[in-house]
Amino acid sequence: MATTTIAKALNAGLRRAMEADAKVILCGEDIGKLGGVFRITEGLQKDFGEERVMDSPLAESGIVGTAIGMALRGYRPVVEIQFDGFVYPAFDHIVSQVAKMRSRALGHVQLPMVIRIPVGGGIGAVEHHSESNEAYFAHTAGLRVVAISNPADAYWLIQEAIAADDPVVFYEPKRRYWDKGELDETHRGVPPMSQASVVRTGSDVTVACYGPMVKTCLQAAQAAAEEGTSLEVIDLRSLSPLDLDTVAASVERTGRLVTVHEASGFLGIGAEVAAQVQQRCFYSLEAPVIRVTGYDVPYPPSRIEEDFLPDLDRVLDAVDRSLTY
Amino acid sequence: MTPTAPRPATEGGPDMIQLLTPEGQRMHRREDQQYADIAAELSDEDLRGMYRDLVLIRRIDAEANALQRQGELGIWVSLLGQEAAQVGCGRALRPQDYAFPTYREHGVAWCRGVDPLNLLGLFRGVNHGGWDPNEKNFHLYTIVIGAQALHATGYAMGVNLDGAVATGDPERDTAVIAFFGDGATSQGDVNESFVFAAVHNAPVVFFCQNNQWAISEPNDRQTRIPLYQRARGFGFPGLRVDGNDVLASYAVSKAMLDRARDGQGPSFIEAFTYRMAAHTTSDDPSKYRVSAEVETWKLRDPILRFKAYLAHEGKADAAYFATIDAEADEMATYVRSGCLSMPDPPGTLMFDHVYAEQHAQLAAQRAEFVAYQAGFEGAH
Ligand SMILES: Cc1ncc(C[n+]2csc(CCOP(=O)(O)OP(=O)(O)O)c2C)c(N)n1
Ligand SMILES: [Mg+2]
Repeated sequence: MATTTIAKALNAGLRRAMEADAKVILCGEDIGKLGGVFRITEGLQKDFGEERVMDSPLAESGIVGTAIGMALRGYRPVVEIQFDGFVYPAFDHIVSQVAKMRSRALGHVQLPMVIRIPVGGGIGAVEHHSESNEAYFAHTAGLRVVAISNPADAYWLIQEAIAADDPVVFYEPKRRYWDKGELDETHRGVPPMSQASVVRTGSDVTVACYGPMVKTCLQAAQAAAEEGTSLEVIDLRSLSPLDLDTVAASVERTGRLVTVHEASGFLGIGAEVAAQVQQRCFYSLEAPVIRVTGYDVPYPPSRIEEDFLPDLDRVLDAVDRSLTY
Repeated sequence: MTPTAPRPATEGGPDMIQLLTPEGQRMHRREDQQYADIAAELSDEDLRGMYRDLVLIRRIDAEANALQRQGELGIWVSLLGQEAAQVGCGRALRPQDYAFPTYREHGVAWCRGVDPLNLLGLFRGVNHGGWDPNEKNFHLYTIVIGAQALHATGYAMGVNLDGAVATGDPERDTAVIAFFGDGATSQGDVNESFVFAAVHNAPVVFFCQNNQWAISEPNDRQTRIPLYQRARGFGFPGLRVDGNDVLASYAVSKAMLDRARDGQGPSFIEAFTYRMAAHTTSDDPSKYRVSAEVETWKLRDPILRFKAYLAHEGKADAAYFATIDAEADEMATYVRSGCLSMPDPPGTLMFDHVYAEQHAQLAAQRAEFVAYQAGFEGAH
């Protein structure tokens, strides 16, 4: 067991995946010598060579489009999208090709690729560098969508995503890259990628969140505990498919659910969780499901991003509202 | 046929149009005569004005850089080294022309008359640009690489539809210019803009500042032929100009803009230059490039070169240079104090201007936001 950061754990996970399988190749903008703008691929080109760690031309459509071809040729491409807001040039390939190839070919071919996306705001960046676009991809059948929140998941899930035979959109919470946590590289102590995990047990209100919001919600739970309210915090981890069994089991005990994400609320992951939970847990619910989300506006300039982003207070406010029923 | 490898980052090659040597001597290459003729039309006052532009924009840039270091800007994108490419081109534009910039076109913005403080808002994080593009015919900075090339082309198609080319009226005939970098030439958007511009004979000039780097990636990650040679395959002329030579940049830009205004359609200019600073204030170039390359380019500094030329030709004297330095100091003060006094916007700004008319759903959310924020008032 060692203390490490999400960034370092991802780097170590990528390294291990590359060591385990010579078909694993990395491609993206500035991922070579620079090690990526977030240094997630630091040192990998030096150790695995320019053929396995490719600095790509500046073209996201090209990055994902060629990854499709490489996957068809038997490789396992792991592509890096430099920032969330720059995945859109590749949107066509992801939605029309990556997601559908297996079903179009009736299972004769598969595209085992990972599309890594540093996601979310809170870093004081200029526009297009702080977006949360997971709902677009979760809405697209054929893609698996994963959002990590801690170093242990970073390390194990990146390897699991690479080994998976389905394409995975892999969200990394950029403002948490340098947050520390425990990681045991010798023993996989985390659940499978497709499962949610209860990261704090509690009895009064269930809080379902993912990615960068997990830390926020754990802090909220701590604050709530000091006021005598017990929150159960669930890290969804997999956004498509959703592990609703874990959420429903919790809600059946607490009777209340708050969902939290940075992305705008309208048609977001929280909306899907809410819809499914009210169907499954109708008789257990003591309050309507409450969503805490970014507002339904373009991501704002950084000087007011704190007003946009859900924070501890907004989570606690939602918890209070839930408890008034 | 083996394609030509791109030349090293320090070597512009024989096709590069140049009017001044790095030491500031006028060059007289026969093949560049038509551009020399254009530059010869500039009055001494025009030339001094260009010098002033170069010095002021470098100073604005340096001040913004310092403001970032002091935490007043979230990030800054320096144009250091690219002043001549931008000023030369910027001064070749006419008021009715329209420019579509990237995020690094501070020198062009300056030439268009955009208040430098407008440029800071985006980097300070108080807005996403926010200026009225139609006021100076200078579009918002575009961060998504290459997108603006299509916007420029579409705008130019509109100019065609309006019949605002080839009328012979210099106040009416309009050119559009799209700026982008060497890295951007890989984007589908940029290549598609070439196709659209060619097919529609759009009055657009593609102005590519090849500063040799796309963050950490050198030219050979984007191309195996010199970029200006690509234009030919799309069906319009491509030229390489010394981007550190303000006269050459002006002359070539003017020739191509005139061509567009005259109804002869698109063209591509590769301004061969160098990004002297880091990609942005967040970048660390020591990870990927050698200082020898930077040193080589230092010797080609666009401002020193032009200053030497002006002095040598007796077009400006020490007193003039001193005046400009003093003006640059004033400009730095203006930028600094303007930045420091730039207020944070209210949180409600995010709800404004999302739609032509705010719909009820968003209005309700805005009201919720206001009520929620009000709950904190008095709490601290
Ligand atoms: C679509 C898109 N992908 C990636 C980025 C991140 N990015 C910002 S600048 C840059 C390099 C641009 O290089 P170049 O086109 O040469 O312009 P320069 O910055 O050198 O002026 C990259 C990759 C972006 N802004 N947009
Ligand atoms: Mg460049």
